[in-house]
Amino acid sequence: MAGPTYIADPEGTVLGVELDGLTALFHAPSGMTHIVAPPAPQILDALREGPADAAELLRRLRVHFEFGDDEVIHARLDELETAGLVRRA
Amino acid sequence: MGARLLVRALRDPASVRHCDWNALIGAARAEQLIGSLAFRMEGLPVPARVEEIFEAARRDSGHQRTQALWEAEMARRALAPLDVPVILMKGSAFHAANLGASVGRSVGDLDILVPKASLDAVEAALLGAGWEHVKDTKGYDDDYYRRWMHELPPLIHRTRDRMIDVHHTILPLTARPRPNAQALIADSVALEGGLRILAPADIIVHGAAHLFADGDLAGGLRNLWDIDRLVREFDMPVFRASLRENAQRHQLAPHVRRALRLAQRLYGTPVDRAFAGRFTLADRLFEARLLARNGWGQERAKALRFAFYVRSHWLRMPPLMLARHLWIKARG
Amino acid sequence: MRHKLALRIGPVGFRIGSAWRAPLDALAALYAGYPEPEDGICDFTVRLEPERPWRRLIRPSVAIRGDYILPDAAPLSFAHALLAAEMGMNLQMALGHKSCLLLHAATVEKNGRALIMTGESGAGKSTLAALLGERGWRLMGDEFALLHMESGTLLPFPRAISLKNGAIRVMEAEVEASRFGPRLIGTPKGDIRHLRPNEEAVARMGEGAIPALILFPRFGETAAVRGVGAAEVFMRLTQASTNYVALGRSGFEALTRLVKTIPALAIDYPDAETAIGLVDDFQRELAA
Repeated sequence: MAGPTYIADPEGTVLGVELDGLTALFHAPSGMTHIVAPPAPQILDALREGPADAAELLRRLRVHFEFGDDEVIHARLDELETAGLVRRA
Repeated sequence: MGARLLVRALRDPASVRHCDWNALIGAARAEQLIGSLAFRMEGLPVPARVEEIFEAARRDSGHQRTQALWEAEMARRALAPLDVPVILMKGSAFHAANLGASVGRSVGDLDILVPKASLDAVEAALLGAGWEHVKDTKGYDDDYYRRWMHELPPLIHRTRDRMIDVHHTILPLTARPRPNAQALIADSVALEGGLRILAPADIIVHGAAHLFADGDLAGGLRNLWDIDRLVREFDMPVFRASLRENAQRHQLAPHVRRALRLAQRLYGTPVDRAFAGRFTLADRLFEARLLARNGWGQERAKALRFAFYVRSHWLRMPPLMLARHLWIKARG
Repeated sequence: MRHKLALRIGPVGFRIGSAWRAPLDALAALYAGYPEPEDGICDFTVRLEPERPWRRLIRPSVAIRGDYILPDAAPLSFAHALLAAEMGMNLQMALGHKSCLLLHAATVEKNGRALIMTGESGAGKSTLAALLGERGWRLMGDEFALLHMESGTLLPFPRAISLKNGAIRVMEAEVEASRFGPRLIGTPKGDIRHLRPNEEAVARMGEGAIPALILFPRFGETAAVRGVGAAEVFMRLTQASTNYVALGRSGFEALTRLVKTIPALAIDYPDAETAIGLVDDFQRELAA
């Protein structure tokens, strides 16, 4: 599953607040607020360990979480990229 | 009254100790200069309520800066795969390069300059990254735009609701001066991260072009304040020489000279006197037009404004084209 | 400007300039008893101007201008000039106020604790707030709730309440005639009549309150109450705010803190009396 490598903004640039099951994120570089559901916050945390492609991300996520469908990660990464929360290396 | 007070406050903030604050703030807002004013007056003793208003303006300025830089970054991400030079212009450029002119500077749309040959690819990449056309792209206006204007029809981002103007030169193709777009691009300066800005002299040439050749002087006080801040930051013999040279190259020397004279007149900008020349009778009309704003934010001097409005259209297009344009607009 | 008026509503000072005297006379009468801006310094400027110079006298129409303008806004007829003044002030707040987080909500206060009522236009918030203001609650505002971000308190903005159509009759039955503005017929939103908040609301316009409950009232159903989760409240409040986006991190921190610390309820109510009863019940529970 080769594909683009993604990068997330460093620790401290995004503020997260849990709101009954969802996460409100304040992204300082854009000044924008996003409300995201799992696994988006977990993907962002996993990316903070370093740039990764989809396969590597799945590997990191599987250390802590059950991950059913592999395909889901592509859709979530697209959404995060559109929102500006991740970018391609 | 308002505009004169505003100019005095920007030029010499400590001199406005007791003034009609409502008039100053009203004129500043009308001229899009409230942020710049608020920073100029930072630290000076002003009434508490005025300080609150200025403090809010400074904070808002910071937010506008964040948004402007973010739009530039998102454009960079969308256009990076094309490997073409992307040159930021106007307020976004000031902020990206951290120029003195960025202090308190409000930013509306993102303006970029790209090579004419890459326009189609740039448009396609932006459309693919979430931008959309603003106007209905059918019929006269779109054709006119693409053929004669110096930019693509404006695009707006679908979710962020912010506009981007993609230029391929700095004046409409119908205007008389014909700037050398290739030279503008060749002389551009790289910023960290991959985006670019115009060379310092060209930023001022663009400012002067924008001020005189492209419009009816609306927003002129702000444009001249930009020029004042830019000249003060760059002023040195090498810069003065390149300003003279580039102004000639882009056929905009009269505009740059007039801009320098007006900036010197209003804001005390240190200009190259030999190049700028003496303040003329015509300059007085321009000055009057620029100062035609009262303390309630209203534009005054209607006849003068109308004369400049007609002039701006005259300059954008030769007489036959203007007639055709107005005819089609009237029919349509 | 030919004619001018300055007044203060809560923490905000306005100056209103007008090409005609009549709208300012009406505005001054509506806002009788309101203070002037502190030190004469105004946060915002509103201008009532003719669309074209000759329209000052010939078929006069009133264009709403000021510090912040909606470029394509249609002018109002001269008969509705008072409405133009109100809309002008609202516009300055919506586009220009960036000191507090603005929520499109009505707020009422009792014993230092505030109730925030928010939701779609037409859900009856203004009328409910106006009624509560006559039934033992202090009206803090019917249109804008001002959340002071550093402290988390709400500041009053007791503008004249804008009553539409049926609500006019409801309040005419409750409140003496002298507090009303003229009846404006055939506006883009139907019939409108403005109501000045009572003396207590005006006198205490400098007193904030601690938010205690967020309500999403909905008119016309059988009575019902349900809790609303913090994420939904957060989303709905950002949609109800004109300046959330402009406030960046401070806005985010203030709003997340608000939705995490205070409860939110959606209430359906068939009539105002039922709603008022529910609100009083909640207030008693919270105070206990």
